Amino acid sequence: MKQPTFPMNAWYVAAWDAEIGRTLVSRTICNRKMVLYRKLDGTPVALEDACWHRLVPLSIGTLQGDDVRCGYHGMVFGPNGRCTHMPTQETINPSACVRAFPIEQRHRFLWVWPGDPAMADPALIPELPWPDDAEWAGDGSMTEVKADYRLVIDNLMDLTHETYVHASSIGNEALAEAPFDAYHGERTARVERWVLNEEAPPFWAGQLGKAGKTDRWQIINFLAPSVIYLEVGVAPAGTGAPEGDRSQGVDMRVLHLPTPSTEKSCYYFWAHLRNYNIADQGHTRRVLNAGGGIMLEDEEIIEAQQRAIDDHPDHVFYNLNIDAGSMWARRAIDRMIAKETAPVMAVAAE
Amino acid sequence: MSVGVLDRAGDAAADGWNHGRIDAIRDVTPTIREFTIALDRVPTCAPGSHLKVQVAAEGRSDHRSYSVVGATGTTIRIAVKRQPDSRGGSAYMWTLSIGDAIAVAAPRCDFPLTHGAPHYLLLAGGVGITPMVAMAEQLAKRGASLRMVYAARSAEEFAYRLELSELLGDRLALFAADESQSVNIATEIDRLPADGELYMCGPLGLMEAVRHAWEAAGRPRGKLRYETFGSSGSHPVQSFTVKVPRLNAEILVRENESMLDALEAAGVEVVFECRRGECGLCAIQIVELEGVVDHRDVFFSARQHRENTQLCACVSRIAGGSVTIDPAWRGDDAFAFASTNTIDGEHV
Repeated sequence: MKQPTFPMNAWYVAAWDAEIGRTLVSRTICNRKMVLYRKLDGTPVALEDACWHRLVPLSIGTLQGDDVRCGYHGMVFGPNGRCTHMPTQETINPSACVRAFPIEQRHRFLWVWPGDPAMADPALIPELPWPDDAEWAGDGSMTEVKADYRLVIDNLMDLTHETYVHASSIGNEALAEAPFDAYHGERTARVERWVLNEEAPPFWAGQLGKAGKTDRWQIINFLAPSVIYLEVGVAPAGTGAPEGDRSQGVDMRVLHLPTPSTEKSCYYFWAHLRNYNIADQGHTRRVLNAGGGIMLEDEEIIEAQQRAIDDHPDHVFYNLNIDAGSMWARRAIDRMIAKETAPVMAVAAE
Repeated sequence: MSVGVLDRAGDAAADGWNHGRIDAIRDVTPTIREFTIALDRVPTCAPGSHLKVQVAAEGRSDHRSYSVVGATGTTIRIAVKRQPDSRGGSAYMWTLSIGDAIAVAAPRCDFPLTHGAPHYLLLAGGVGITPMVAMAEQLAKRGASLRMVYAARSAEEFAYRLELSELLGDRLALFAADESQSVNIATEIDRLPADGELYMCGPLGLMEAVRHAWEAAGRPRGKLRYETFGSSGSHPVQSFTVKVPRLNAEILVRENESMLDALEAAGVEVVFECRRGECGLCAIQIVELEGVVDHRDVFFSARQHRENTQLCACVSRIAGGSVTIDPAWRGDDAFAFASTNTIDGEHV
């Protein structure tokens, strides 16, 4: 059996809050086809995107109040997945239902749990407060990437690539030369890198708006299976940022949430939140545009990498010292997968 | 030409291990034994490949990688030096007899030959000859310009001497240490044309001398390729203690095991890749040192070795004494994601 590449029992971002409303949207999350919409009161719903009767996708049907009507023979399903109407019969077949997936709105994202619904505790949704915190401003988007979501994670856990992939905006030589530290927990990994007393690259020089050398930080925080937030910013060199005082600088939280769709595709949700100049909505748009450009550069590289991997199915990667962060991240993912795929021991009946 | 490949992806054998069988055994020197392993398929095996085999060391199942000497049809040859202070791999290999089963992974090549260099210098020290045999064969077949320099402890320690002499004639130069013959590395490098490439495999001391001379000659780094075996250092192997205050652990590393093995066995997680001191993934922070670090890796520079702030746990050792280290573990509580450690359903 092929080893799964993602755990099923986890909260995954399925959509931005504003992407889902009173229309039917189809998304495939961890190989599960889902139809997403909101009830009249705004509560989000995620149902299996296949009619119980003849498997036609419900997403090409219509919304009727809080229910979905299949576009083929008119069968209707409620937000809990139970069939509420069957055409040309007075009763409803008792077994008619589609699967309803646990779904929660938190931090401006809609999170779904594709695995065992009994385990879907909303308290397990990761704490990413910045998108709906009044002290922070910013926005984000979603990019569909034709690649294994773990390649996106690899990309983020070693930001050395910024020097080469994003040379015109956030990368420079000083970054690739700076040492880093990698730490981990059971489900977590962190890569921390400081570039002290160097010129800031163009994007960051613009954000800071002050001349002179800077201290730059890049702290990458990973939570298995697919949540990353970066603490990134610059401050005028020697103003105390490495010691913990970032107040003279500009600080961002950059969210990267690559949700596996299939083994070789993902929905890559991202956002840039800043704690400076927060009243300027133009600033939000400019950062969003810059972020979108950076994302295109990553997408191009990662999709090319996936194609190359497909061309070399037997190739085993040789990992280097700079890959420590992604190695810890992949170990954490593998641990979650191993827990789910461990053979179930038979328990003798008393 | 290969007519088939060991297909890891399509192989149902557990975790990519394939069934092999010892087909022939031959001592190529008093301390180096060659094993011919019969496989059930024709392997893809470029010169410079190594073969991962399963061994039993200290009663545990473990694996070791050995350079491939050559491959013919469905058989593959490796040669193993008997290491008196081995981690158990060579001792195990030397217990094998003809007909014994051995689990092997598909060969993997991390030491590939380039094509089209104007000249190749192959420099081997001791058992470092093993990957060089197939390299020399291929280069000779290609009609490439090449020279092989082969140094060993004594005349009887030249493995494959006959085969190589036949193949290379006066392109082979042998240096036996017990006859006071030594390789003049600087001269050898001087003889290389500007775009010539040097391939080197041998003990750490020789390799460091080669790296140093290469740099001193102002040669481009990319034209020097080397592979080492992490079994040689500047101090004899001794047991030592590793203190891990963060995990409240004190671990003894015995003579016949690596620090990486001892840490793993004690539950201290380390990421690693090559286990040969090359990739640098298992580099660990040194907090305090009582004793001398015997750096046996090629990942760190000479300057970093002198600094002594980190060591590669797979090959490097402490020459008597102890080292206090800080591994990468911080625990999930050190992260700001809330309530993250009960996802396995224990909270339900």
